[in-house]
Amino acid sequence: MAPSTSSAITLNINGEKYPLSVDHRTTLLDALRERLDLTGTKKGCDQGQCGACTVLVDGRRAVSCLQLAVAAEGREITTIEGVAEGERLHPVQQAFLDLDGYQCGYCTPGQICSAVAMIEEHAAGWPSAATDDVRPEAGPPSLTADEIRERMSGNLCRCGAYASIVQAVARAASAPARSDGRTGVAHTEETVA
Amino acid sequence: MSTATTRATPAPAGSVGTARTRVEGRDKVTGAARYAGEVPFADLAHGWLVLSTVARGRILSIDSGAALALPGVLTVLHHGNAPRVDVDFVGLLGTRPDPTCALFQHDRVPHMGWPVALVVAETSEQAREAAETLVVQYEKEDHDVAFSAAHPDAYAMDGVMPAVTGKGDLDAEIAASATVVDAEYTTPEEHHNPMEPHAATARWDDGRLEVVDSNQGAGWVQGELAKLFQMDPSAVRVRSEHVGGGFGSKGVRAHQVAAVMAATALQRPVRVVLTRRQMFTLIGYRSPTVQQVRLGADADGRLRALEHRSLSVTSTVHEFVEPAAGVARAMYDADAHHTANRVVRLDVPTPTWMRAPGEAPGSFALESALDELAEGCGIDPVELRLRNEPDRGPVSGLPFASHNLRACFQEGARRFGWAERDPRPGLRREGRWLLGTGTAAASFPAGAAPSTAVATAEPDGSFTVRIAAADIGTGARTALTQVAADALAVPPDRVRVRIGDSDFGPAMIAGGSMGTRSWAWAVTAAAEELRERLALGSDIPAEGITVRSDTSAAVGALARKERHAYGAQFAEVAVDVTTGEVRVRRMLGVFAAGRIVNPLTARSQLTGGMIWGISMALHEESVRDPATGGHVGADLAGYHVATHADVPLVEADWVDDPDPDDPVGIKGIGEIGIVGAAAAIANAVWHATGVRHRHLPIRPDRVLAAGTGAPRA
Amino acid sequence: MKEFGYRRASDVAGAVALLGADPDARFLGGGTNLVDLMKAGVERPSHLVDVRELPLDDIEPTPDGGLRIGATVTNSELAAHPEVRRRYPALAQAVLAGASGQLRNMATVGGNLLQRTRCGYFTDVSQPCNKRAPGTGCPAVEGVHHNHAILGASDHCVAVHPSDMGVALSAFDAVVSYETADGPGDVALNDFYLPVGDTPHRETALPDGALITGVTLPPAPAAARSRYRKVRERASYAFAIGSVAAALDIRDGMVREARVALGAVASRPWRARAAERVLTGAPADAAVFAAAADAELAAARPLPDNAYKVTLMRNLVVAVLTELAEDGTRSAEEAAR
Repeated sequence: MAPSTSSAITLNINGEKYPLSVDHRTTLLDALRERLDLTGTKKGCDQGQCGACTVLVDGRRAVSCLQLAVAAEGREITTIEGVAEGERLHPVQQAFLDLDGYQCGYCTPGQICSAVAMIEEHAAGWPSAATDDVRPEAGPPSLTADEIRERMSGNLCRCGAYASIVQAVARAASAPARSDGRTGVAHTEETVA
Repeated sequence: MSTATTRATPAPAGSVGTARTRVEGRDKVTGAARYAGEVPFADLAHGWLVLSTVARGRILSIDSGAALALPGVLTVLHHGNAPRVDVDFVGLLGTRPDPTCALFQHDRVPHMGWPVALVVAETSEQAREAAETLVVQYEKEDHDVAFSAAHPDAYAMDGVMPAVTGKGDLDAEIAASATVVDAEYTTPEEHHNPMEPHAATARWDDGRLEVVDSNQGAGWVQGELAKLFQMDPSAVRVRSEHVGGGFGSKGVRAHQVAAVMAATALQRPVRVVLTRRQMFTLIGYRSPTVQQVRLGADADGRLRALEHRSLSVTSTVHEFVEPAAGVARAMYDADAHHTANRVVRLDVPTPTWMRAPGEAPGSFALESALDELAEGCGIDPVELRLRNEPDRGPVSGLPFASHNLRACFQEGARRFGWAERDPRPGLRREGRWLLGTGTAAASFPAGAAPSTAVATAEPDGSFTVRIAAADIGTGARTALTQVAADALAVPPDRVRVRIGDSDFGPAMIAGGSMGTRSWAWAVTAAAEELRERLALGSDIPAEGITVRSDTSAAVGALARKERHAYGAQFAEVAVDVTTGEVRVRRMLGVFAAGRIVNPLTARSQLTGGMIWGISMALHEESVRDPATGGHVGADLAGYHVATHADVPLVEADWVDDPDPDDPVGIKGIGEIGIVGAAAAIANAVWHATGVRHRHLPIRPDRVLAAGTGAPRA
Repeated sequence: MKEFGYRRASDVAGAVALLGADPDARFLGGGTNLVDLMKAGVERPSHLVDVRELPLDDIEPTPDGGLRIGATVTNSELAAHPEVRRRYPALAQAVLAGASGQLRNMATVGGNLLQRTRCGYFTDVSQPCNKRAPGTGCPAVEGVHHNHAILGASDHCVAVHPSDMGVALSAFDAVVSYETADGPGDVALNDFYLPVGDTPHRETALPDGALITGVTLPPAPAAARSRYRKVRERASYAFAIGSVAAALDIRDGMVREARVALGAVASRPWRARAAERVLTGAPADAAVFAAAADAELAAARPLPDNAYKVTLMRNLVVAVLTELAEDGTRSAEEAAR
């Protein structure tokens, strides 16, 4: 007997349960955009090559275009629609708004979701490819502009808003985040001249 | 019923010139802003384009049977059953349409990735599978995709400017020159790759065609669709509220036409979204160029001879020229001054405008050559440029409306620390990195085009401005809010600007760095007239008081002058010649680009252009296989655009430079940021390593092959 | 993409059983490569067995001083793990040099080993490709091969393996464990990938239907001072055009033990045994490092447009070995103080 090619599942998104029947081919990205009217998550390449579709899965950033919806059942998904606390913007969102960390805005939800999780990853002591010495004895790397750039490189921005995105992420990382009051490190002010 | 009287109280200070966050910013950071593929429609069907897998030939047959038998498949459109469209017209911008948008009209295949069919199904998954299932048989013909300077079929082609200009005796002036540069520069095929793929939903609404689209001009697309489908323009409405980048690629393309055809055939809403891979053949691109530059100068650096010849590619179905040789016509004079733009027709897609068409590749060649001349003359590159500032248009002979390049260089050099630079190459080392700095000049035409706007005083004391403008990330919506507020003499928070709807009337597109200026002119005209009307003190009726403007006459009355924005680009790079890696360490651009409406968003746009320059200098290139005629690696992993990690601190600033003939003083800033940026980086790479890189991108393999130019030990 | 069945496995035996003998069934890990290839039409599975919830997500020290890494450990968890960073820093660096933060959070260790080449002909189903469609030819040999193999390739296929992680695992003699319906098995990573020959579609030594359950790193004291360097055509989020994982144990100026593996040069992570032979027992100096690189690259057979890789890899090997020698000198000085 041929296996079923669709399943009835329940997705847990932004703290709400969404029961739906999915074609197994449906990605989490398409389920969000086409089925659940959560269109804040963007489709830029549909191949894991741009980061526009970044969401949080169990608190970790992930590209939703390569995540099958059926395989996302049982996991906690946070999209850009769930990043703010009600009307109060997340510090990352506020910093993007204040510092013009975008232009066309299409990569923005992915950049923001990525930054939110990246700040957590850094706070957890994760090294990056920009970290000189990854050995634990070297201690956690400070969140310099170069660390932010490397850690955010999975999010392409074709408008070239990178300079202000990095400033926005640095500002948000040094600001008290959400209710848990977790803080990052102070960002470095760079100048060209 | 209304009682509010809007006797506008003057705002304490003008909004234009002050930094304001984007009016749609909250929507963009919360995901609430809906782009074209995100507007919901009941009973929506999904279309998937099928593209040719041969580079030249004829479609022998399309077997839809298996595709139509799949679950959910509604129809398959192709040249055998599609409605006829009319391409015999001249559009808003004075050009004929690229026949690429005339979908499914014949069996010819003029390039790899040509659209041959559209599959429509209930879901996108079903449509994609059916598209894969479709069997298309071709009669294949030999193709020619080999672009080279020596191609025998190249010919001179006029585009937005004459193909050829010339004065003076080149050979004589070259012979009389103390220093001569004679070099060939190349730039590769480059693709816009806006983050938002082209997407359109078409539907019939009570006898009217509505298209929700992602484009750079709702009225432009409306007009072209009406002509293609031979409809009265009033029967077509195009909406495009948020646009995820365009860069020249978002006009009428296959997706809108396909969606209209399918919505008509099925009488239900149909959405067509291009895949990233499809975008490499369906939305235009920047042609590769081969450019020859010859410069000759006196010992003091004054140019005696300037020759710039550029060859670009176009398709066999449409003429488009990348006018790279045009940049010299405004920038530098010489006793002998010759420029020529030529094209060769190959079996490839038609190129189109891409951010700073002409100037972007042209300035790479010309500003690299200037740097080589500076080296040859032993003159500082900034000083060389300042010594060669023309006092009128070198080709046109027309006066400049304004010309503030000198101020850009002086301010930029001061801030960048240029005076401390040792001009000798290959001397600075930091660990494995060789360091160098470079500079280049930038210019881009400043123009305006006729537009209309509608300004309404609402009974509640607020104002609504409607204009078919497009905000493709430029900040136009916010800038126009500020412009309208100043013209109305009210704070910006009392003004709501609505854009992206063809029903708002004819307007310039977001293109040519002319959008915001053209729209601001129309908005100013409408708002000022409205303010005058309100000054009479009448009550505002329930429907408000509405004033319309049309700037056709005013724009048409502009005196003929050389009108340009200018800029000075500075870059510092680090080069590891043992691995070929090049990293930009810092960039500074100082621009004279008219009055800056919103410093916050303007800085973003200018730095964005400079970052395009980084990407162009070091990364971007699409690769074509001569055997297949198609691209290899046509995606964002194969086609590299700069990532966060490639972009250091990039700063843009400007000097005071209001346009003397614009009501707001605007020139336009969408494109100038990329001009000269790649040359500044290439010149810095020379300063770091002592080797000229005349071919973009400056890839690791090229840097490895070139080394430091010193003989190997 | 055609329709397919989906099952989620909760234990290893169950996963193997669910896959059964169906040659068109696939295990689904993070999906970062498989789902992409399914969209491209390269993979057309009949059904997927989701293995991500299998209890294979631990990293545990082995009694002999090595590490055992479960197959479903994500790339991120691997790179962040203190023992990986302490004992095999080049492995952490290699993983961090790959893909993006998002993809590393999804991708699993097992899946990373099984990822397919990024050759543009392989991923374009309208083109011939011996790896995807055996017997159709290899257009890259005459076509676009800027980032293709210089070592170990054949006329049938010149694609390179894209993994960064695998390069470090190769240098550290990792052993891949798997489970089949007939029981478990092990294969050394350096025997895991099959020679290209005339069967480029046969990529690994895994038995049909086998599920990778983990990777074991044997103890390697030299690995505590190891480095991974990757060169690519932009600063991040790009596949390598060349990479090196290396470790040196230097005593009194002499190389006691050397580990060198190369990436983006072959259909597999390329263990540089010839270079190691030159290094072992020789003085840790520039001439030896250059000789080691040359010894390995003597076998290189570049194509017209990828000959730069020979220079790149020579320079990169020398650079990484030089850095390791300097690290060694520095830590010796620190120890002496």
